[in-house]
Amino acid sequence: MNLESIPLQAFLTVSSILFCIGIWGLLNSRNAVRVLMSIELMLNAVNINLMAFSSYIDNNLIQGQVFTIFVITVAAAEAAVGLAILLSLYRNRVTVDMESFNLLKW
Amino acid sequence: MSIAVTTQIICFSVLSLVIILGALGVILLESIVYSAFLLGGVFMSVAGLYLLLNASFVAAAQVLVYVGAVNVLIIFAIMLVNKKEDLKPIDNIKSRRIISTSICLTLLSLLIRVDLSNIWRLADPQASIGEESTIRIGEHLFSDYLLPFEVASILLLMAMIGAIVLARRDVMNEDISTGLPVDQELIEKSNEPLLMKKN
Repeated sequence: MNLESIPLQAFLTVSSILFCIGIWGLLNSRNAVRVLMSIELMLNAVNINLMAFSSYIDNNLIQGQVFTIFVITVAAAEAAVGLAILLSLYRNRVTVDMESFNLLKW
Repeated sequence: MSIAVTTQIICFSVLSLVIILGALGVILLESIVYSAFLLGGVFMSVAGLYLLLNASFVAAAQVLVYVGAVNVLIIFAIMLVNKKEDLKPIDNIKSRRIISTSICLTLLSLLIRVDLSNIWRLADPQASIGEESTIRIGEHLFSDYLLPFEVASILLLMAMIGAIVLARRDVMNEDISTGLPVDQELIEKSNEPLLMKKN
C-alpha cells in the first residue's frame, strides 16, 4: 500500500497523545486496576511508534514489527504478574485504593 | 492491500479518534467496568492502525494477546476485587491534579514538537515489502532474533509460575497468628488483616 497519503507525523502524534493520557491515568487513578490499564495504554502507544517507524523508515527489514511482538509478549507477562500482585494485595488489605498502599512512604 | 487515498485518511482519522476518546474514557469514567470494555475498543483500534500500516501479523497478535488475554484478565481482576468502597478524600487533591496535568501537558507538547520539527529520513516507498511482512517476521524470529525469541518463552514461563505463586490461596486450615480456622472463600472477610492496623 502506498503510505504517502498519511504522514508519519500523524502516527507519532496519536501515539504521543495516547502516551500522555496513560501517564495522566497512572498518576491520578485511585483504583489499582485502572493503574494497570494506564500502563497497558502506554505500552500500546510505544507499539504504535515502533510500528510507524518500521513502516516508514525501515520498510524492508521491518525490525520494528519484531520488536513490537516482543513488547506484546512482555506486556502480557506484565499484566499477568501485575494482576496477581493486585489480588494478593487485595487479600492483605481488602482495598484497591492506591492511597492506602503507603507502607514504603517516607 | 490497496485502498484509495481518501479511504485511508478516513480510516486513520476514525481509528485515531476512537483511540484517543477511548483512552480518555478509560482513565476518566467513574465505572471501572466501562473502562475495561473501552480498553478493549482501544486495543481493537490500535490493531486497525497496524492493518493500515501493512502489518497483518502484528494486528492479529494484538487482537489475540491484548483483547483475548490481557483484557479478559483485567475483567477477571475487576470481578475478583469488585467491592464498593468509599474512598477517603485527599486533602491536597487539587494541587496534585494541577501538578500532574501540567507535567503531562508539558511532556505532550515536547513530544509533539519533536514529532513535527524533526526531519525524518523516510525510506523509499518502492522498497517496501508490503504484504510479505509476515514472512519477513518469521525469518527474523528464527535467525537474528532467535535468542530473544527463546528468552521470551522462558520469560512467559516465569511469569506464569510467578502469577500462580502470588495469586494462590494458602491451603492452611488455621491461621498461624490467631489459631482461628481460615475461611476458604476468595475474600477473607472475617479476619482483620494484620497490615490494616497501622492506619
